[in-house]
Amino acid sequence: MQLVAFQVVNGLVYGMLLFLLAAGLSLIFGLMRVLNLAHGSFYMLGAFIGLALVQATGNYWLAFFVAPLLVALLGAVFEILFLRPLYRREHGGHLDQMLLTVGFIFVFVDVVRSIWGGDVLGIPTPEALSGAVSIFGVFLPKYRLFIIVLGLALAATLWFFIEYSRLGAMLRAGVDDADMAEGLGINVSRMFTLTFALGVGLAALAGVSSGPMLGVHTGMDLEILIVTLIVVVVGGMGSLKGALIASILIGEADTFGKAYFPEATMFLTYLIMVGVLLFRPTGLFGIRQDA
Amino acid sequence: MPERTDAAGLPATRIVTILRYAGVTLLAALALVPLGLGDYARSIVAEVLLFCIFAMSLDLLLGFTGLISFGHAAFFGIGAYTVAVLGAQFGLHPLLGALVALVVAAFAAAVIGFFCIRASGVYFIMLTLAFAQLLHSVAFKWRAVTGGSDGLILRSLESGVTTYYVIFVAFLGVYFGLRRLIAAPLGQVFIGIRENETRMRAAGYATARYKLLSFVIAGCLGALSGALFALLNGFVSPAVLFWTLSGEGLIMLILGGMGTLVGPIVGAAVFIGLKHTVSTYSDHWEFVVGAIFIACVLFFKQGIYGWCREILVRGPRS
Repeated sequence: MQLVAFQVVNGLVYGMLLFLLAAGLSLIFGLMRVLNLAHGSFYMLGAFIGLALVQATGNYWLAFFVAPLLVALLGAVFEILFLRPLYRREHGGHLDQMLLTVGFIFVFVDVVRSIWGGDVLGIPTPEALSGAVSIFGVFLPKYRLFIIVLGLALAATLWFFIEYSRLGAMLRAGVDDADMAEGLGINVSRMFTLTFALGVGLAALAGVSSGPMLGVHTGMDLEILIVTLIVVVVGGMGSLKGALIASILIGEADTFGKAYFPEATMFLTYLIMVGVLLFRPTGLFGIRQDA
Repeated sequence: MPERTDAAGLPATRIVTILRYAGVTLLAALALVPLGLGDYARSIVAEVLLFCIFAMSLDLLLGFTGLISFGHAAFFGIGAYTVAVLGAQFGLHPLLGALVALVVAAFAAAVIGFFCIRASGVYFIMLTLAFAQLLHSVAFKWRAVTGGSDGLILRSLESGVTTYYVIFVAFLGVYFGLRRLIAAPLGQVFIGIRENETRMRAAGYATARYKLLSFVIAGCLGALSGALFALLNGFVSPAVLFWTLSGEGLIMLILGGMGTLVGPIVGAAVFIGLKHTVSTYSDHWEFVVGAIFIACVLFFKQGIYGWCREILVRGPRS
């Protein structure tokens, strides 16, 4: 009982991290039609910058808030300097943008390795959240429960922001038809920058919060990118609800797969993906096939 | 025969003459390489040739059919591991192993392609990457067969010169084979799908089937390059399935110029040359790869071969 409950919680925690990544990836793609393959790299940067801040100040919460902001800022600069020049190209330069993000996977990995080396490092769990609590007789680590609450709260905030805020309405207008939105006086290129910054900021937040549980190392970028892509395939591109449900599903599948079929870790995850592809090629909640 | 796929629509005849002379000279030189070069230099040339096959096979997908794969390492790895595993487990001769590798890769490409092509566009990129990483983790975990991270050592051919000629002949076969294929009606269908899939479907082509066929052919040729890599290297590790290799394939195309057959050859040659030069002097090879990627995408979209052709055409006129 203890073991199964623990796995369920772990799966949910992993699912929440995946949600933060998948939501950002999906949002960026939905508005800008850019598949940001460097998304995992921003996750990694979040974790490493967080680690550096913890080491420098000894304060986890400072890292928790500042690292995602720094990465979001970096994302905004990245969008303006590198992605923006490509929008005017043929077909909106989507292939070029994708290739550009592939280039940055290489660059970020090398930069991170030269600064921090190739070893697996860890961010210590903040004191207030170390230890476990007993819920219905099951002991669960406080930090993991915190991540679940954080993920659900962010999901609700994002949903509220997109559905009810003015900025969210502008964002939805841009997703539906960027040209028309531009014509109605929405500054679409500023929306692009903001969305990209928000998306990679969420990835960095996932990175810094994963630090105390999963460790911080140079391979984490592609590791999480693959699972995030699977989540997006399963949930459907451009759907927040799809991202949330698929994240939890894949998070649980991955965790149970690791626990019960250690030789074929990703087996369950891929099985789900293949099943979804067979019966719903656009994902469980996908709306776009033109992607 | 001029390449009909010339996207820029350049006046073909004069360029073709120049390039043909250059090409014949190059092929003659390549045929004579083992006589003139030492072991190390010869193995570098062989490595370039096998990566030319890899890049050309990826170009068939990306440059000609318009399918963006970020998982072509899957087939390179299938080729390399088939040769190595069959050699280690059953003592099969590497050349026979390479033939089996083609069959295995065709089957794998059919299965992977079936799923990747069902979901179009951006999903295709994500799925090819995902399946390649799956194979990478299989190679890592299935120690009994693949040797895990230790990899597998395999028997080499009689001499390095034989290996070189095997690779050279394979290179010739793939280059001229693909040239024929692209000029043939089938190749024109691939190009049609790249240009406008909806219109091709309206014209009555079952485009999904053609895309799958392109994927299978590209997968087989990718596996061929991997099998040759195993022959040349004498050692196979999970690195042959790693995503970086898929990325390197893409950069060879961009660097050389995609949508042509000469482009990937130029790209692979320059890339492998750079790789050996840079890694002698610096540990930051990955940074250099990324920087080339970014610079090419931003400023040098036509690639080296495309740029040379522009110069050749524009030169005397201006």
